[in-house]
Amino acid sequence: MATKLLERRSVTSELLRDRGDLMVVAGLGAPAWDCTAAGDHPLTFPLWGAMGGACMIGLGIALAQLAKSVLIITGDGEMLMGLGSLGTVAVQRPANLSIVVLDNEHYGETGMQKTHTAHGVDIAKVALACGFKSASVVTTMAELAVARKAIYEGKSGPHLYVVKVGNEKVSIALPPRDGPHLKNRFRQALLGEKAFV
Amino acid sequence: MQTQHQAVPVAIDWPAQIHRTLRDFDVKQVAYVPDAGHRKLIELCHADTTMRAVSLSTEEEGIALTSGAWLGGARGVLLMQSSGVGNCINMLSLARACNFPLLMIITMRGEWGEFNPWQVPMGQAVEPSLKLFETIVLRADSPEEVQPSVEAGAKLAFNGYNLVAVLLGQRLIGSKAFKSVDD
Repeated sequence: MATKLLERRSVTSELLRDRGDLMVVAGLGAPAWDCTAAGDHPLTFPLWGAMGGACMIGLGIALAQLAKSVLIITGDGEMLMGLGSLGTVAVQRPANLSIVVLDNEHYGETGMQKTHTAHGVDIAKVALACGFKSASVVTTMAELAVARKAIYEGKSGPHLYVVKVGNEKVSIALPPRDGPHLKNRFRQALLGEKAFV
Repeated sequence: MQTQHQAVPVAIDWPAQIHRTLRDFDVKQVAYVPDAGHRKLIELCHADTTMRAVSLSTEEEGIALTSGAWLGGARGVLLMQSSGVGNCINMLSLARACNFPLLMIITMRGEWGEFNPWQVPMGQAVEPSLKLFETIVLRADSPEEVQPSVEAGAKLAFNGYNLVAVLLGQRLIGSKAFKSVDD
C-alpha cells in the first residue's frame, strides 16, 4: 500500500532506462518534458500539440511495426480528450502497445485545474471496459516494475497503466520542437536509409 | 454486311478503382468513419489481407493514426464524410507541423440536392476550411474522375509530403433520400 504518490520523473526514468529499441510517443506538456528529462532519444516522438492524439499515433506505429514494442506516455488530461481512442485501440488488439497515463488529476500546463480523474473518473476501468488485455492503477515502484516487464515484452497487450503521481515541482526539460526533425530522426532510427527513399 | 455492335456503356466501379489505387500505392492502414458513399470501399479494404482497416470513434483519430503509420514506415489513408472534416481541424496541425503525408478521401454531403439542412453548414465549409489549412483539394464529380483524382492525390501526399483531400461529390454519390421524405 502506497503512503505517498509516486514522483513522475522517477516513473519515467524507470520506464525509459535501458530502453533498447522501444518506441515512445510522449503526450504534450509535462509527459513530454518528463520523457526528455529521462534522456532525449530519436525513438521518442514528443508532442507539442495534437492533444487527444497520442494513443492513435502510437497505434499507427504499433500496427506498422508489429514485432516491436510501442509505449505511449501521456497525461490524464490528454488521455481524457482522446477517450474514444481507447475503444479504437482495443478493437485493433495491438499486442505490442502499452499506454502509461501519468495521472496527477490536474491540467498542469494551464493553471492546475482539476481533471475528471480528480472527481473519480477511472481511466483504467474505461480501458478494461473497452477490451484492453489489462488495465490497472499503479501506486508503487514494485507495481511499476511489473508493468515495465510487460511493456518491453510487447506480446500481451494492449495494456494501460494509470500511474498516480504527485504535483511536485520539476525542472523544465524541453525536447526539440521542429516537427520534420522529430519525424525524420524517428524514421531514420527505425528504418535506416529506407526512411528517405 | 458487317454487324454493327452498339457500344454498351459499362458502369465504372469507382470504389473498386479506389481500392486498387490504394493497393498500388502500398497503403497499409485504412482509417475510417463510415459513410454510405464509402460502404463498398470499406468492405473491400476489410477483405484485403494486405491492409488493416481501422474503424475510428471520431475522424481526427485518423490524422493521428496515419501520422503514426508514417513514423512506423507505413502508409495510411483516411476515409470519412464531409461532416468529419470539422472534427479534424486541430489535428491537421500535427500533419502540417511535421510534414506528414496525409491522404483523405471525403464523401460529400450538403452540396447537391441535400435534403438534410443539418448537413449543409459543414458540407459547404469543407473546401474553404481545408484550404485554410493549406490542404490540396481535388474533386471528383463523375465516375471517370474518381480514379485519376485519387491517384493524383496519392502522389501529392506520399511523394510530395502534402496534406491532400479528394472530395467525392454528392453529385457522384447521389443525394441520400429517405422513404418518408420521398413520399
